[in-house]
Amino acid sequence: MSDIQYGRIIKDGLWEQNVVFAQMLALCPLMAVTTSGTNGLGMGLASTAVLVCANVLVSLIRKVVSAQVRIPVFIVLIATLVTIVDLAMNAWLHELYKVLGLFIALIVVNCAILGRSESFAVKNGVVASAVDGIAMGLGFTGALVLLGLVREFFGAGTLFAQASQLLGPSFAFLEVQVPGYGGALLMILPPGAFAALGFLLAGKRIIDRKLAEREAASAEPAAA
Amino acid sequence: MTPATLTAQTVASPHAHGGNSVSRTMFRVQLALLPATLYGFWLYGWPAFFLWALTILSCVAFEVLSLKLMGTPRVKATLFDGSAVLTGWLLAMTLPPWAPWWVAVVGGFIAIVIGKQVFGGLGQNVFNPAMVARVALLVSFPLPLTLWVAPLPMSTLPTPDFVSSLRIFLTSLPVPDAMTSATLLGHAKTELARGIDLATALHAGPDLSWIGMRAGSFGESAAVLILCGGLYLLITRVITWHAPLAVLAGVAIPAAIAHAVDPGRFLSAEAHLLSGALMLGAFFIATDYVTSPNTTTGQIIFGLGIGLLTWVIRSFGGYPEGVAFAVLLMNAMTPVIDRFCKPRILGRDRKGKPLDIPENA
Repeated sequence: MSDIQYGRIIKDGLWEQNVVFAQMLALCPLMAVTTSGTNGLGMGLASTAVLVCANVLVSLIRKVVSAQVRIPVFIVLIATLVTIVDLAMNAWLHELYKVLGLFIALIVVNCAILGRSESFAVKNGVVASAVDGIAMGLGFTGALVLLGLVREFFGAGTLFAQASQLLGPSFAFLEVQVPGYGGALLMILPPGAFAALGFLLAGKRIIDRKLAEREAASAEPAAA
Repeated sequence: MTPATLTAQTVASPHAHGGNSVSRTMFRVQLALLPATLYGFWLYGWPAFFLWALTILSCVAFEVLSLKLMGTPRVKATLFDGSAVLTGWLLAMTLPPWAPWWVAVVGGFIAIVIGKQVFGGLGQNVFNPAMVARVALLVSFPLPLTLWVAPLPMSTLPTPDFVSSLRIFLTSLPVPDAMTSATLLGHAKTELARGIDLATALHAGPDLSWIGMRAGSFGESAAVLILCGGLYLLITRVITWHAPLAVLAGVAIPAAIAHAVDPGRFLSAEAHLLSGALMLGAFFIATDYVTSPNTTTGQIIFGLGIGLLTWVIRSFGGYPEGVAFAVLLMNAMTPVIDRFCKPRILGRDRKGKPLDIPENA
């Protein structure tokens, strides 16, 4: 296939088919780990790594595996990758691992990853699948970080707390503390995640509508 | 199957209008709340008044904002049905009287935007907006939401004048310890946690009284005045007796039994009935048209559920007061209750079979 539009794939992954904001997939880890921007970033990057590798491997073996057994094969592949990420994070990012712990292992059942294998990697070449994995993963990471930041800001009055533990001491400048704000505990708790996600989804729809209006407005003079 | 003849005759127009409307109902409920509110102002001074005013104001402001954002036509007409004012009023009555200004604003946002307009506005919401806001505030800000001021007429300290009241309200200055006091339910809970028998704990603890001379939320302590408001609503047929009575019974019956078994561990039925938001919840919250079941049987089940859950949360739960939680839980049950308590269809029996009516009877 030579007519692959990489721009399209990237745009889909980051915005139009965003795992969270458009497909509404992977909501379980989304709700559970986004108590802070740092947690969201860690989870997002881990998922992205798994997603890219899974997409590449699935794309490589797509002609060997028959349709009947593909799902167990994909799951085994994904589980292997997740185990590698799990052990690697335990070794090198131990502090973050203690926070994300269980949810790293649960990336296996993250429907977004099997979903991309099923709907994209099986049908496309290795390079396209890798690009798709990166775009989708970054879109997912973006959603996790955004929701994490919103909840962290309103819930605890901080931004990127403990970011230096994930990214190294040079990123300590990211950590912001809002002075004199105690935080609304509810935003850290699950109901806050649902409420914040709802408002973010509404925000995306508003932006989409505005974009569509602008497109229609710019298309009009050409038609007339 | 014989064709059933309907017994009801179609009546031709003109019809008379009963004169009832949403705004009239809302106005009557507000009128019923008035005595307890005014009494609350007298008990807790200017800060309580500021809190009340700002809570209502922010509810109305967020209502306008939501309606504008949703592009609702006739914003003014929707606004003047009075439901936002009533939500704000009810919310204010359940707040600690000296809560700072931002509690009122955040509460208004949660009640109107998240509790009501997100679902589509009046009549669409699943949960009672005032109780959603109350619970969200309590969970989010445990400290300012559990700071109870002793009623001023009982306090030895001077009543704050207008300006210093404004300062209390706006800057959330720490309230002097001498002015705060535990609620009866909170006191009972902490003393039990310390392993002290209730009989000895309540001896020196806060009094319970019908006229609300005790620490508590701004509008819910005066049981008598709320009862009067509730009776007014019953007389004007804004509400029926089913839900309120069921709520009170749902608390009183288990409380009486448990108190009889172990008075050292469980509060008496009287203490339960006169404490916290129970009276307010029974007459003004459990009777909310939108979030309670439609049939009288359903309302009785709903009320009993609220009462029982309230008693369970108060006696065994982590929070000393549970009316708001109980109301929300039973709100969630309302569709199920409505499903199982359907009224009989006209011309059919309870199972939905057509009634056997002789053709020429």
